[in-house]
Amino acid sequence: MADYPLEALDLAVGYDGPLIRHVSFRVGAGEIVALIGPNGSGKSTILKTLSGQLKSWGGQIRVCGRELGSFPPKELSQKLALLLTEPIRPERMTCREVVETGRYPYTGYFGRLSAKDSRVVEESMALVEMEAFAGASFTEISDGQRQRVMLARAVCQEPEVLLLDEPTAFLDIYHKATFFQLLRQLTEERKMGVVISMHEPELAARVAGYAVCIRERAVFRMGKAEEVLRPEGVRELFGVPEALYERYYG
Amino acid sequence: MRSRFPLVISLFSLLLLLALALNLFAGSANLSPSQTLRALLGQGDSTTLRVLWAIRVPRALSALLLGGALGLSGYLLQTFFHNPIAGPFVLGVSSGAKLAVALVMIFLAGGGWAVSSLTMIFAAFLGSLLTLGLVLLVSRRVQRMSMLVVCGVMIGYICTAVTDFMVTFADDADIVNLRGWSMGSFSGSTMENVAAVSLAVAVGVLGSVLLVKPLSAYRLGEGYAQSLGINVGLLRVLLVLLSGLLSACVAAFAGPVSFVGIAAPHIVRVLTGTSKPGRMIPGSFLCGACFCLLCDMLARTAFAPTELSISTVTAIFGAPVVIGMLISRKRGEI
Repeated sequence: MADYPLEALDLAVGYDGPLIRHVSFRVGAGEIVALIGPNGSGKSTILKTLSGQLKSWGGQIRVCGRELGSFPPKELSQKLALLLTEPIRPERMTCREVVETGRYPYTGYFGRLSAKDSRVVEESMALVEMEAFAGASFTEISDGQRQRVMLARAVCQEPEVLLLDEPTAFLDIYHKATFFQLLRQLTEERKMGVVISMHEPELAARVAGYAVCIRERAVFRMGKAEEVLRPEGVRELFGVPEALYERYYG
Repeated sequence: MRSRFPLVISLFSLLLLLALALNLFAGSANLSPSQTLRALLGQGDSTTLRVLWAIRVPRALSALLLGGALGLSGYLLQTFFHNPIAGPFVLGVSSGAKLAVALVMIFLAGGGWAVSSLTMIFAAFLGSLLTLGLVLLVSRRVQRMSMLVVCGVMIGYICTAVTDFMVTFADDADIVNLRGWSMGSFSGSTMENVAAVSLAVAVGVLGSVLLVKPLSAYRLGEGYAQSLGINVGLLRVLLVLLSGLLSACVAAFAGPVSFVGIAAPHIVRVLTGTSKPGRMIPGSFLCGACFCLLCDMLARTAFAPTELSISTVTAIFGAPVVIGMLISRKRGEI
């Protein structure tokens, strides 16, 4: 296993042209890196570029030491998994079926699951404590449970890199806490390199080891999460005047 | 939970056989069941043989194949648009294909050229692809899926208006047939049509079956499908081509047939409780086939010797299914 499952080297990202330039960071195995910044600062754009959904406008992305673009799609899908913000509403799919899609990179032409695949599916559901809901309809469980199922789906892909785009945006604090607890535990156990975009700095400081702060379309600051995300840093990053910050967050 | 799929498929297969038999036995020429059976084995007088082999068998087979094609085409379009009320009829694809067929019939057949079944399918295919292209252009501009359907209906009306206009002013004797056809009907099917339709439908069904795995992943949306290593762009192109081909067959030989494309996949989803493509593809095909066979029998026999247009009957049975679906859905899902 590579020391750094994911590396971004002087990356330029954007939709129709480079929006954010000079993005460089590395994610170690078993490490969580948080992308922090105001809404619209470009966190999702960076994640989409890292996952290969958007093309990069310069620089390099390395997955397990190898250039992202050199991976055949199937091989890449065995290394890199996603969890997106937008809740999905697949019609008439059970939670197990949703998790099973995580095994597709390993199945043959018609997507039949082997005994091993089914075992990994069961194990992943057990890891997120959703095994009791395996047969339940995905659209009929709570938002918190849904994100846990999506986490099981990603883990099922047995990735070395996991990218999460504001996975807890729609959750209440109990479900946020359980989600992050699970995420930290899985990251540690599976030695995944995790990048997560968030807009809650207090939470990020506790979830992530490192933080990359994005502001006004540039990397504003990066380093150890607990240092970078101290109140002064956060105030500056989000442009909150001191008095206002003290009054509500101090 | 045990799967209800085997049960549902067996029921549909039985129903299909029953509907096929009914279609062969019933009709305005009064044939007794024993006469029909003997004629099927090649015995009996020449009139009976002709009624059966030149009229009823090809008509029943084309209702079966085209009904199945409609059900499957509806399922593919619904998958493509992530929208359960998509279908070849509401998206205007049927009407676009019909317009292309009318053009070919008026200008080629009217000009004295013979138009083969495959030419008709090809013209309808081009027509359906052009309309789908137009709908896709619109769909980039509108956010809400319900607006997409409204746009599809509008595009369909425009195509229908142009077709009606041309049919009205095309006064060639052959073209008079167009009037019946442009209302939608399985009548006048020949064995040559059936052969061409089987070929095109076989391509459509086989193509869909080969896409089972990517279709399954596509249910989670494009982002996830892509991250699973699926070439989403290619899948979307194939979906358009396959659904276009299937609805083109229907438009070329039966004209517009409403609601089967939405109703059949929905009935299958409700009965089997799943949306797995491996089940939806055979299910939608069988359900659409049964639906059209039964509706066509009603169209022929209910007010015999006057024949109803097929859309009249499919709308009566299909539209309530669609309304039921809209009511039972949770708010904000469409």
